[in-house]
Amino acid sequence: MASIVAVIASTHHPFYYRASTSTGADRPPFADEWVRKITAFRETLTRANPDVLVMVGSDHFHQLWLDNMPQFLVGKAPFYDANWYNEEREFGLPRMLPKGQEDLSAHILRAGLDAGFDLAFSNELRIDHSVTCPIITLRPEADLPIVPIYTNIFAPPLPQPSRFVALGEAIRRIVEDWPSHLRVAIIGTGHLSLELGGPRQFGPHGPDPEFDRKAVEWIASGDLENCLREVSLESLHAPGNATHGFMDFMLMMGVAGAGAKADYADNLDLFHTMEAYFTWYPNGVPA
Amino acid sequence: MTKYLVNKFLYTVDRDPDLVERYRSAPEELVTSWEAEYANAILNCHGAEASTWLRFDDEERAALAGHDHVKLFELGAHPFLTLTLFIAMFERDNTEPLEYQKAYGARMAHLSLPYPDIAT
Repeated sequence: MASIVAVIASTHHPFYYRASTSTGADRPPFADEWVRKITAFRETLTRANPDVLVMVGSDHFHQLWLDNMPQFLVGKAPFYDANWYNEEREFGLPRMLPKGQEDLSAHILRAGLDAGFDLAFSNELRIDHSVTCPIITLRPEADLPIVPIYTNIFAPPLPQPSRFVALGEAIRRIVEDWPSHLRVAIIGTGHLSLELGGPRQFGPHGPDPEFDRKAVEWIASGDLENCLREVSLESLHAPGNATHGFMDFMLMMGVAGAGAKADYADNLDLFHTMEAYFTWYPNGVPA
Repeated sequence: MTKYLVNKFLYTVDRDPDLVERYRSAPEELVTSWEAEYANAILNCHGAEASTWLRFDDEERAALAGHDHVKLFELGAHPFLTLTLFIAMFERDNTEPLEYQKAYGARMAHLSLPYPDIAT
């Protein structure tokens, strides 16, 4: 059976690529520290030596639209073109073309459906920065095949937070049951408190530092019990109007498992949002 | 109130560089032509298989034609769509980083929770 060599949860900040590659007067003052943090975080994936990446993210109204909106969708394609015109325009993101791991996509779809998750699928998916940002930060060579999994954190009505956790738990079991010798890392990205298009956007910190502090503690300690007790679809409006992206972190807590303490946890207080980086090693920390 | 159609405008204009420029330079004209040409198009479907029932109400049409992002927020347009398109149109005029983004938020400072419902 396949082995899950790393579980990684992270924010996906579309400004990282431009900040980290800019030079001279264009380089923002926070770039060097950010690059140091990302470089250390990247090492946590590199040392796990994965063959395949399962990547959980959320389409930002690129390919998935309100006339036909899936709640959870698994990509099953040999390739995924990546990044969109408006991401090139606003963030300077490059075009990319990760390969797909189609047999794992097929396995996740079949086993997920049989486990009670009515997963949508796509055979031609152009992925966006929710998937490409962690490729850029964690595996900039972009040389590993992927299985993208999209969740709807964006277009209400949304699934309940508990459903995200349950899907994460199911993905963990399903990947562990994949009849393959390959080494799989499961990577998911979301947000802590975040406001976009509202009065609290682009402040000196994230819109709700207290929520961020609690969220980092829940994730780092695997405290699903308190997280699920305090977080609801309704409550997530308070920390910031885009904070429902936190449910992707909750999904990853489900993958890591209740009570699983992160083997690596770090964060960075940027203007606008708190960055946060977590890695678990289900089979122990690699030598 | 047709939040869906307002969102569809923001979404389809944002992804088309030509429409972005036309919306920046001549918003009233673009809103009129968009409503005539695009409002009923089902994305991914042949033109002959368009919808027949979608139109803006007057308040929505005026908010879009007036580049009034605060009003769009109050009407329940999806804030991410509005922000992304307005950044595309106006960030280029910045004289310092994030100037437009901060001003955009400041213009909404009078708004408080709960925000308008964005469910469609």
